Amino acid sequence: MLAMNYRGPFRVRAEQRPMPEILHPEDAIVRVTRTCICGSDLHLYHGMVPDTRVGSTFGHEFIGIIEEVGPLVTNVKVGDQVLVPFNIACGKCNFCKQGLYGNCHESNTMATAVGGIFGYSHTAGGYNGGQAEYVRVPYANVGPTVIPPDMDPDDAVLLTDVVPTGYQAAEMGGIKEGDTVVVFGAGPIGIMAARCAWFFGAARVIIIDHVDYRLEFAKNYAKCEAYNFKSMADPVLFLKKTTDWFGADVCIDCVGCEAEGNALQTFTGKITLMQAGAATALQWAINSVKKGGIVSVVGVYGPPFNYVPIGNVLNKGITLRANQASVKRLLPKLIDHVQSGRLSPKDLITHRVPLEEIADAYNIFSKKLDECIKTVLIPSTKN
Amino acid sequence: MKTNSIDYKSIPGWGIDIDPENEPTYPMKNYTGDDHKRSVYERSEPQPVNIELLKSNERPAFSMVFGESIPPSGLSGMIRRYAFKHSEDRYRHWIPLILADRVNAWEGIVDDLKKGTIPNIFAERGMKSEMKYNAGPFAKKALTTVAVGIALYLLCRKKK
Ligand SMILES: NC(=O)c1ccc[n+]([C@@H]2O[C@H](COP(=O)([O-])OP(=O)(O)OC[C@H]3O[C@@H](n4cnc5c(N)ncnc54)[C@H](O)[C@@H]3O)[C@@H](O)[C@H]2O)c1
Ligand SMILES: [Zn+2]
Ligand SMILES: [Zn+2]
Repeated sequence: MLAMNYRGPFRVRAEQRPMPEILHPEDAIVRVTRTCICGSDLHLYHGMVPDTRVGSTFGHEFIGIIEEVGPLVTNVKVGDQVLVPFNIACGKCNFCKQGLYGNCHESNTMATAVGGIFGYSHTAGGYNGGQAEYVRVPYANVGPTVIPPDMDPDDAVLLTDVVPTGYQAAEMGGIKEGDTVVVFGAGPIGIMAARCAWFFGAARVIIIDHVDYRLEFAKNYAKCEAYNFKSMADPVLFLKKTTDWFGADVCIDCVGCEAEGNALQTFTGKITLMQAGAATALQWAINSVKKGGIVSVVGVYGPPFNYVPIGNVLNKGITLRANQASVKRLLPKLIDHVQSGRLSPKDLITHRVPLEEIADAYNIFSKKLDECIKTVLIPSTKN
Repeated sequence: MKTNSIDYKSIPGWGIDIDPENEPTYPMKNYTGDDHKRSVYERSEPQPVNIELLKSNERPAFSMVFGESIPPSGLSGMIRRYAFKHSEDRYRHWIPLILADRVNAWEGIVDDLKKGTIPNIFAERGMKSEMKYNAGPFAKKALTTVAVGIALYLLCRKKK
């Protein structure tokens, strides 16, 4: 079967590899019909995530058809069209039981600092991902969810990560009616977070990025204010001024470890790897939220450490909330938001690329060429 | 494990301000109050281990399922084995892993050559799209590289 193959930083190709097999009685094999490239994949692609082994297949956002099931799989059957949450979760441990499906204790041998994720390095469990024609899905009684028959597959594939992550970013912000919410990052996640902030009663939503076409898209899609931080001398000061000098009620980091905009952060985090990526957006979020405000973090940072103004978190009494999205917990609500027409995730898709052309797809998404927002890869096995 | 030998509930004031509503992880977490019984749960059966698995030393055993891809091998594998002797708290866990990844990229090229394929690094880096959508900056970069190359060459020749 054809699958993405990582060869080292900035180098990927599509290549034949053996079919995945059932390795555990609760496994399923899914024939992939659509799979996306995510901002999270860029951290792998750029060589920022430790223990990303050459030969790995990435991809944690995919939908497909169940081809084969292990003897203990009862919740889905061969032929079902399913969307598969990006978290690998057992459904039985204390964390899963409490809805923390992104923090399962039985899906990652290699690290305790993160749960198992499809195609996301050995630090996240060493699973091959869905940027392939077929993929092994462990704990198939828990993750895979049958796609409602009337749902567009393009909407379904975005329910595996983008929608739940954007939604949870807003949810963790603890937004109260009338709040001003600032979202850093106008990638798919930030755009979705800004859109979902309205669901929680925000009165003003501001999105910050430095890529104009993304800001323009965000403004229309999420109905929010959009500002380019390159046009400001000091983004934190700008945000203070525009919030009566108090700071936003809620700040959301949808950028993560590859942020731009601060020379020192970039030098220490991206050029010399003296920290786990540049924490510029997190720094801005902490410094532009009000005293006693909430900072919600879904942007991904590596495990070792980052330079963040933790003293300001203390002195301002900020509540910091963060997690990998718990996709399964949120799915029932979000499927409803999509089916009722309140949310149209598929509008984010700007590029459809055959799996064969994965190297160009990565380059386009990584460099933000051709006004790319979200890329869907289509394997030849789609039908 | 050291367990508490005193009856903590007899400490004056113990539990007087317990507030189950004060659960800052809500709504991310549907708090069941079971955090202190967390090691008692029904586990799936373990996936058979047929490959070399590097386990975080912060957990007692393998997880019930795991990824089967790419066991450690070669020089990068040796570095990874060293890294996994140290907890996730230590730089000597993460920094060697990053180093191993870089070594691994070279091993990948050697592997390709051994199999008789010369990796098409140009295609792997998506340069077709670069020329299509980013021709200006791409040409500038290529020209700068060539110019710097020529300058270096001339400089070296002059020194001789
Ligand atoms: N927690 C989760 O469960 C989860 C899930 C999916 C993605 N993520 C993470 O969310 C982040 C965003 O994902 P994405 O797919 O939207 O990625 P993306 O790369 O498309 O978007 C990131 C955006 O941030 C912008 N940016 C860079 N520096 C900035 C700064 N200082 N301030 C504001 N904006 C800045 C970039 O221009 C880009 O548009 C990534 O770190 C990704 O790993 C987390
Ligand atoms: Zn993703
Ligand atoms: Zn679990």
